[in-house]
Amino acid sequence: MSSGWTYDAFSAPWWPFAFILLAGWLPTDAWRWLGVASAGRIDEKSPTIALARAIATSLVAAVIARLVLFADGSLQQIPIPVRIAALALGFLAYLKLGRHTLVAILVAEIVLLGVPWALGII
Amino acid sequence: MTTDTTEADERTTAYWILRGMRQVLSAPALILITAHLGFAGLAREAGIGWLEASFMVFTIWALPANLILLGAVSAGLSLAAAAFAVGLSSLRLMPMVIALLPDLKGPRTRPLTLYLLSHFIAVTAWVVALDRLPDIPRDRRTTFFAGFAVTLTVINTLAVAIAFNLMGQLPALVTGALAFFTPVYFLTSLYGSARDMTGRLALFTGMLAVPLGNWLAPSFDILIAGIVGGVAAYAIGRARSARAA
Repeated sequence: MSSGWTYDAFSAPWWPFAFILLAGWLPTDAWRWLGVASAGRIDEKSPTIALARAIATSLVAAVIARLVLFADGSLQQIPIPVRIAALALGFLAYLKLGRHTLVAILVAEIVLLGVPWALGII
Repeated sequence: MTTDTTEADERTTAYWILRGMRQVLSAPALILITAHLGFAGLAREAGIGWLEASFMVFTIWALPANLILLGAVSAGLSLAAAAFAVGLSSLRLMPMVIALLPDLKGPRTRPLTLYLLSHFIAVTAWVVALDRLPDIPRDRRTTFFAGFAVTLTVINTLAVAIAFNLMGQLPALVTGALAFFTPVYFLTSLYGSARDMTGRLALFTGMLAVPLGNWLAPSFDILIAGIVGGVAAYAIGRARSARAA
């Protein structure tokens, strides 16, 4: 898996940009162009589109969970239960306090930094 | 509704571009900038350069795809595997474009204009456009959308470039705290924009499937969790609506 054309495979300065275009830009804009091409021809409410949307949503959800569970860098200092609690309580605040994303971010950060600080971890 | 008024046609193109640009000060657009500050933090933690991170933001212009690409780069995935994971996550843009186009298109809009503008359609621009476009005269909508969405993309690209470089002077924990903005932003904005039970359910099944995916194949955990979680949410959603009917 780490063999072949990875992001770090070649030392040429243009390679990371080529990797970003081929692995990121092309497979993203291709769907946008397909959307333009098929607008008015595909029923937005068809079962195939609904399944595609569910998988796409779950993929982003998996990204969310991965950011919290397997964080890189300095977030690793903060225990996993605290990170999970920060996300859960932020979401709860969103649901209970008028559905504002900024409120959710504020509550999550208070838990994320406040609990380790009170415990003397950070 | 002020749609299709003749009086509106007398206002200049510059007026509609500026009116679109003003939407960058709307709440969803400002929150997106915060989420991109988080992305700058994540890119830094993953060891990617500031120019590469900004290039990703402008060319891909879909934060979930960028996060998946970032994860693929840190996991050392091959070009093909990374493109496959990004392609699966960006699939969600196709139904979004299909849903937005009838509102965006004017009677004389050229297809090339739509192909070029489609690059700037992502979750935030979509939410704002669906909300604002009905109040804009139909033949001015692409101008308005270009003013808004292109500005939003450029501002976020610059925000990542600047934040990435400023973070070098901040304590490491600040970068981590900023990086945490992103998961909270996505969870709440996707929950808020989900149209049905299946959409909301897919958020939770996708998160719960990550430990399973990670146990099966750590490099492919996002792909596995996305497919397993999405199919499960779709099946449960169908079963429930069948019972309700």
